Amino acid sequence: MDSQDSQNRLPRRRVLQLFAAVAAAEGVALPAALAQVIKPAATGYGQDPKLAKTYEKGEAWPLTFTDAEKKAAVSLADVIFPKDEVGPAASEVRVADFIDEWVSAPYSRQKGDRKVIIPGLKKLDEECRKHFKKNFADLTEEEKTAVCDVMAKGDHFFHVFMSISAGAYYSDPRCWKALGYVGNVPSGGAFTGPPKEVLDQLGLKQTVE
Amino acid sequence: MAYTLTLAGLKCLMLEAGRSYDVATETPMFQTGKDAPLGGASTPDKDFGFFDATIDGGWDVPDEPYTQASDKAEEQFMWWRARMMGGRTNHWGRISLRNGPYDFKPYSRDGLGFDWPISYDDLEPYYTKVEKLIGVYGSNEGMENTPDSPAGVLQPPPAGRVGDLMIQKHAKKTGVPVVPIHRAVLTRPQDGNKLAPELHPDDPKAQKIVADSMNTRAACFWATECGRGCSIRANYQSTTVHLPPALATGNLDIIPNAHVREVIVGKDGKAKGVLFIDKTTGKEERVKGKAVVLAASSGETVRILLNSASGDGIANSSGLVGKYIMDTVGSDMLGQIPSLENLPAHNDDGAGGTHFYSPWWLYKEQKAGKLDFARGYHIEIGGTRGMPKGNSPVPTHYLKGLYGTKLKEAARRYYGSFVHLACRGEMIPNEGSFAELDSEVKDKWGIPVMKWHWKWSDHETNMAVHAQKTFSEIFESAGGKGLFDPKQDARKTILKGGQVIHEVGGAIMGADGKKAVCNEWNQTWDIKNLFLCDGSPFASNADKNPTETIMALAWRAADHLIEEARKGNL
Repeated sequence: MDSQDSQNRLPRRRVLQLFAAVAAAEGVALPAALAQVIKPAATGYGQDPKLAKTYEKGEAWPLTFTDAEKKAAVSLADVIFPKDEVGPAASEVRVADFIDEWVSAPYSRQKGDRKVIIPGLKKLDEECRKHFKKNFADLTEEEKTAVCDVMAKGDHFFHVFMSISAGAYYSDPRCWKALGYVGNVPSGGAFTGPPKEVLDQLGLKQTVE
Repeated sequence: MAYTLTLAGLKCLMLEAGRSYDVATETPMFQTGKDAPLGGASTPDKDFGFFDATIDGGWDVPDEPYTQASDKAEEQFMWWRARMMGGRTNHWGRISLRNGPYDFKPYSRDGLGFDWPISYDDLEPYYTKVEKLIGVYGSNEGMENTPDSPAGVLQPPPAGRVGDLMIQKHAKKTGVPVVPIHRAVLTRPQDGNKLAPELHPDDPKAQKIVADSMNTRAACFWATECGRGCSIRANYQSTTVHLPPALATGNLDIIPNAHVREVIVGKDGKAKGVLFIDKTTGKEERVKGKAVVLAASSGETVRILLNSASGDGIANSSGLVGKYIMDTVGSDMLGQIPSLENLPAHNDDGAGGTHFYSPWWLYKEQKAGKLDFARGYHIEIGGTRGMPKGNSPVPTHYLKGLYGTKLKEAARRYYGSFVHLACRGEMIPNEGSFAELDSEVKDKWGIPVMKWHWKWSDHETNMAVHAQKTFSEIFESAGGKGLFDPKQDARKTILKGGQVIHEVGGAIMGADGKKAVCNEWNQTWDIKNLFLCDGSPFASNADKNPTETIMALAWRAADHLIEEARKGNL
């Protein structure tokens, strides 16, 4: 892992502190010194993780959202997946923690997403402060909707955030019903296939007796 | 092999390159995306998702690299390995198809590749035995070169799922037949008391052991994917089907974490044992045996053979060890079918894998010279309403620009409206696809590693083009469309060599010891007490998935080994 990636993995505040500490060390070239003081980046769970256990977020590798990033992420995820008759709110199923774990992961796909999500959350708050004098999380529902309406028209960060959120949201069994997934339930006897109403709707017949 | 030998009373020592594995306690049967890092999405550590049964394996295994002869992507081989008890039998589709009569005599039919030294009739009794032992669901359809099993051997196939029935109905209009596939999953409990005496006549001890094992396997309960492994032993893994009775004989010892370096050959030209590295200590160890069986996968078996005799190689008077390695031609397409949108929610998990497929249907057109490729492919139909695991359950461009209740409604609408079609076709062996020892790179223990060479011929790439066209027609016939970039060259949809993980060949069998490494008994021509019982002796790689043929050949080879040992011929 190169130092650019390592730097990306650290909370911004800590990076600033590090720069301050390193700059104080006289006569030391900055990049080389940085490489020494930054802890080795997290590694993945390897090829032999325990498959049949439940992992808490932050257990496989440390979470890295700052308080401000987490606050913005929780709030944005709840606008994208609000509580309604179709299912629970994103915050009820901890979508933001999933996103934190995702962008903190030491794998290339997730590291790519991190480069979109972390600056995107920062810019979101910056823009909100510019226009509303408040961070995104502190906006009214109407203001949040107005911001999302703008972003939904093509903002890359918004699309990536929504995509990761969709993976997070529907991976939680409490959200399966909202999607229409009703499996993972053992049953005895023979497998009989789709119910009659599904077959009728599609004009299909079961061909296995 | 160990199953057949130990039940016949022979003492066996099995060396496993990976760690032990307890399917009863380690299988993530009902875990959901909520339980796993990243919701279970795939990573370079777990290429097929967090819950995939594979342990210490994947496209890359630390400490055990492999190299490529070419830096061109299309000339590279992706080598899947699993360092765990049961190896790659823990990771497969459970698709259990018999090769047909044509598949053993391909050269005689079209002048390409090689004939096998055996015919379908030679192997048929062993296909039947394997199906009885492991339990295979499916139906007999009487189709060309797609053998029926004898009456009563197959278990009943599970009902079609919505995507299966949809494709079956609409593919028919394009001339593509869709029927139940054959898979190694129990759809009803096995009757060990009936089956074991059929498999081991006149051997009450073997009958009891095998019956006890069969009677303790459960039938599928229609939840959780087979790829996770199966703690109730409803599907086939060697760890749940072959090894328990072999261990129960008391004739089998297993040493895990044993990384084999070479076969030891005596001055009399016979195999005396093997030399391996104990991965837990890093020390070299030797074990002796009256016969040696390699069943390490084509790439590993070739590595061991070429590294033997201090790197001079053994069983290689033909010069063909490592040559003619084959994979399966893969070319896939996802399609979206509007009539499947917003269906009433229903449980579509089924047997944890494929239910329906299309056996190759154009033998006559091919024989008449109407196609620009010589061999066939089958189409596997993928389920539509699976458990979401870390990734969006709907391709996200269908959700673009949405949020709130509208987003949830769109996800609900499109979920389940996608069907996956996969071409799995025959690759013809060629001079450009082989593995050799790398002269420079060594693994952690100083053992020279494999260097891969790969080449698809026009037969394979033309097949991929045909498959893509067929898939588009099927989706359109169902009122939907294939999700592909029309600007993409269909020839480039072919998956990389090795990517389907059907690596066979590398020590092909043949009737002439100058042109083959093995004879018809998986026995090397040069060393008669050395047997190769993985896919390496395959002389061709029919579209039929190789596992059942590997098992049938191994059983046949074991019977031969036992017979020859009794005669004192080894």
